[in-house]
Amino acid sequence: MRLAVVVRTLAATLVGLVIVFPLYWMVVVALSSRRDLLAGRVGVVPDALTLENFRRVLDSFPVTTWFGNSVAIALSTAVLTVVTNLLAGYAFAHLRFRGSSTLFVLLLGTLVLPVQVIMVALFRLVTELHLYGTYWAVILPTSASALGVFLSRQYFVGIPRDLLDAARLDGAGEWRTFTRVVLPLAKPLVAVLFFMSLLSSWNDFAWPLIALKDNDLFTLPIGLLYLQGQYGPDYTATMAFALINVAPMLAVFLVFQRFFVRGFVTSGLR
Amino acid sequence: MRSSARVEARAAYGFVGPSVVLLGLFVFVPLAWALLISLQRTDGFGSGTFVGLDNYTRLLGDDRFWRSAGNTVLFTALVTPLSMLGGLGAALLLDSALPARPVFRSLLILPMAVSGVATALIGLLFFDENTGVLDSVLSSLHLPEASWQSGSVPAFASVVLVTLWWRVGFNMLIYLTALQGVDPLLHESAMLDGASWWQRLRHVTVPALRPATFFLLVVNVIFSFQVFDVVFVLTGGGPRDATSVLVTYAYDQGFAQRDQGYGAALGMVLLVVTLAFTGVQWRLGRGRDADQ
Repeated sequence: MRLAVVVRTLAATLVGLVIVFPLYWMVVVALSSRRDLLAGRVGVVPDALTLENFRRVLDSFPVTTWFGNSVAIALSTAVLTVVTNLLAGYAFAHLRFRGSSTLFVLLLGTLVLPVQVIMVALFRLVTELHLYGTYWAVILPTSASALGVFLSRQYFVGIPRDLLDAARLDGAGEWRTFTRVVLPLAKPLVAVLFFMSLLSSWNDFAWPLIALKDNDLFTLPIGLLYLQGQYGPDYTATMAFALINVAPMLAVFLVFQRFFVRGFVTSGLR
Repeated sequence: MRSSARVEARAAYGFVGPSVVLLGLFVFVPLAWALLISLQRTDGFGSGTFVGLDNYTRLLGDDRFWRSAGNTVLFTALVTPLSMLGGLGAALLLDSALPARPVFRSLLILPMAVSGVATALIGLLFFDENTGVLDSVLSSLHLPEASWQSGSVPAFASVVLVTLWWRVGFNMLIYLTALQGVDPLLHESAMLDGASWWQRLRHVTVPALRPATFFLLVVNVIFSFQVFDVVFVLTGGGPRDATSVLVTYAYDQGFAQRDQGYGAALGMVLLVVTLAFTGVQWRLGRGRDADQ
């Protein structure tokens, strides 16, 4: 029995190393000098670390502006997504209205629609609406999330009808029932939706690449590719910038992963 | 009573309104528009000319299209089963008696938080033919180095490996969640009947995981059909189209070559394939559930 535990621990350690080593190596390379890397002097246990790459990247590119753009776009997208998802999810779970099931099926259908199918047309639409090259060109289309509506509905169905009827009997309107009774019960859902949306917006690449044109409005992933185009295989600078892109979400992920994992369970995603 | 139903309906329309407007405007309108554009010859400037099904018939004789479609299928056929098996294996490992389980779980799902571009750039760092880590590992083991960037097969393998690193954690998380919902009594009674570990896995665990497997199969295939970030940044579709997939080809035609009608037609093909696959999976999945 004990032998089995030892074997399993070894196996898990091996898998863990394979997963973590690339991230660890990114950090090491980001903190090493370019000369040392090219001369093959950078080992698994580095002996000369430097912040030179960060200085070089921050001096040559508007990294702080790109960082700010990413924060603004990801936060706005997450807020807009969560608010619209919660409202719609609640209506589909507990309110009766004509066309409810047809509408829900239509929304679900968009889940299998690859964004890339419509990217040419979406680009034209965004241009027609005079949004091309603005924050809104990224925020509005990425906020249209059928998955969030679906997860919210699944969660709200679990709230007993009696509870809502009691609030209504006390004379609360739909809005009051929603904000005072339903929302306080939905904290785990809100956390999961917010985090999922923040993460996917922060890491999004294909659509911002199409929708943004000015250097000043780039998000971090686009800036990362731009920088790589300028520097070529200058891995120490690229990895320093990659770390700036990745670190905030890794931190958020580590702090909130309990909610995240539980959210998978409670929203019926299994 | 009737008026209260009307009040409820009016409130409901207010609640679903914002989502419906967003999805209608930014999903359904572009979808209809994409179909229209796919019937035109247009570079995006001025109005296009209607050419009927020309863009679609052109696909039939386009070698790069068939190459990209083949690569997409091959990529999907490799990544889906491998990432699901890897995820299942890791989930079984983490569901058993093991010290520091939460730590291992956190480590394995870390790549989920990393952007596709950063993932691909880390891949470049590893697969670089001059300074890459993998070639030095291979040569220190006295194995031949692989031409990850200039050889067709190694380049394709590098895209698959990077994607597996990125996606196994997600599959593991879903399987782990599902495993925790398996009734322990089933295992206990199977053990009393003298079932071995392997027999319990085959006859108790795997059937209990069927809904999760169904969900993951659909999701992994859809993700794989849409692979973009990793290919675009890691190989750019090269060398010589060896790693070109439908989405990178559609992007190239629609935005780099500005042949938007052709790009839209490529998108519609991808949609039809996705719908066909999901439809078949849905019927099979439902059919199996009905059998039980």
